[in-house]
Amino acid sequence: MSPPIAPPGWSRWLVPPAALSVHLSIGQAYAWSVFKPPLESALGLSGTQSALPFQLAIVMLGLSAAFGGTLVERRGPRWAMTVALCCFSSGFLLSALGAATEQYWLIVLGYGFVGGIGLGIGYISPVSTLIKWFPDRPGMATGIAIMGFGGGALIASPWSARMLESFGADSSGIAAAFLVHGLAYAVFMALGVLLVRVPQAEPVARDDRAASAPTRPQVTAGQAIRTPQFWLLWIVLCTNVTAGIGILEKAAPMIMDFFAETETTVSATAAAGFVALLSAANMAGRIGWSTTSDLIGRKNIYRVYLGVGALMYACIALFGDSSKPLFVLCALVILSFYGGGFATIPAYLKDLFGTHQVGAIHGRLLTAWSTAGVLGPLIVNWIADRQEEAGRTGASLYGLSFVIMIGLLAVGFVANELVRPVHPRHHIPAPRARQEAADVERQQSESA
Amino acid sequence: MSNDSSQSPPDRRALIAFAWLWVGAPLGYGLYELVRKATQLFTG
Repeated sequence: MSPPIAPPGWSRWLVPPAALSVHLSIGQAYAWSVFKPPLESALGLSGTQSALPFQLAIVMLGLSAAFGGTLVERRGPRWAMTVALCCFSSGFLLSALGAATEQYWLIVLGYGFVGGIGLGIGYISPVSTLIKWFPDRPGMATGIAIMGFGGGALIASPWSARMLESFGADSSGIAAAFLVHGLAYAVFMALGVLLVRVPQAEPVARDDRAASAPTRPQVTAGQAIRTPQFWLLWIVLCTNVTAGIGILEKAAPMIMDFFAETETTVSATAAAGFVALLSAANMAGRIGWSTTSDLIGRKNIYRVYLGVGALMYACIALFGDSSKPLFVLCALVILSFYGGGFATIPAYLKDLFGTHQVGAIHGRLLTAWSTAGVLGPLIVNWIADRQEEAGRTGASLYGLSFVIMIGLLAVGFVANELVRPVHPRHHIPAPRARQEAADVERQQSESA
Repeated sequence: MSNDSSQSPPDRRALIAFAWLWVGAPLGYGLYELVRKATQLFTG
């Protein structure tokens, strides 16, 4: 394995594809639903049981990102990508064994537990490195990688479905599909392991603004969680993600319900098309809005996500059932903000806490995602069920959910307004920061 | 990163093209499938 520190002349444009090779792979998690029906029929599982590997994987993603972040910072991106590759790939291989022997617990352990650790470590593995390579465009750099996580499901969903068609949807067919997934993702992610390099010195200032900027404050991950800024950003991310999931969770039934009592009803096929369009908006938002944040600033872009997002929800609630194009447009904008919120947060963290342990801080902040992952579906599903019980139909099933989402976005907007630069008492003294950076560099050289 | 006037750094354009193709090809496939499905909103 070659040293992770970049040799002279190494192009920084080799780092985004390295990051993408990992994120496009682990993004497969969102395509787990392809395996659910075959697993249910082959192993006699309920819908709740077949969702277990995915749910455990998402829990492990949050936990490993939160607790493994500091280790990722210390050992470097190559180590992290190698761990992600081994965990994610062996998770599939264990699942293949589980399917072949019809031992479902092995699939839960493999895909959910082992694979989930790969998701968390893989998700944060390139963040810090990308920000160090692109100090002038951190939003764009992390946007490319995090867009990959959205893109992973776009690739895996049709690919896995075709594989199951070829191998068969019985237990041996599922085992063969898992085996191919494990091997193919190992090869695909290997590019990231081989290509990723940390810059020799930071920052690599590429424009006047970055070059003339004073030395940024550096804050450790342990200290960051003691600052109000961390928890304000936690609220910002949590509310923004909850609002996005509010649409994403029930997108297909929602559009059908909204227009069920109108002349322009929506078929199940068209609703599936709507869901696909939302995925495209989610992905485009990750790269588009995150790149825009480099131009207009992080605080301003979150004002847009949260403020305009609330307006879009209000538009759907008030006029959504009167115009299909308006409903679709508002939902697309909300989903683009959802993706943008994910992709912009590492750059926001870098602005506030510096590059020193930004990956570890990002890992801890991802607990907001886990919380939103529970909160968003809970609000929308619970309210829709209660409204249905009360005899309501159509758009009125969702009215109250939308009001709650607007309220949550307003809370996030206020939290964003309260974000101020971190107080100097939380900063690492400059000599210690330099010493710690030198220690990390030395450890990386020794471990290479 | 650093400028060494005595020795020019190796040309990495082929490697950059290969790396972007490596990740771009599957992403292109995913996007193609997505567009195919998304058009159902207007035709389905």
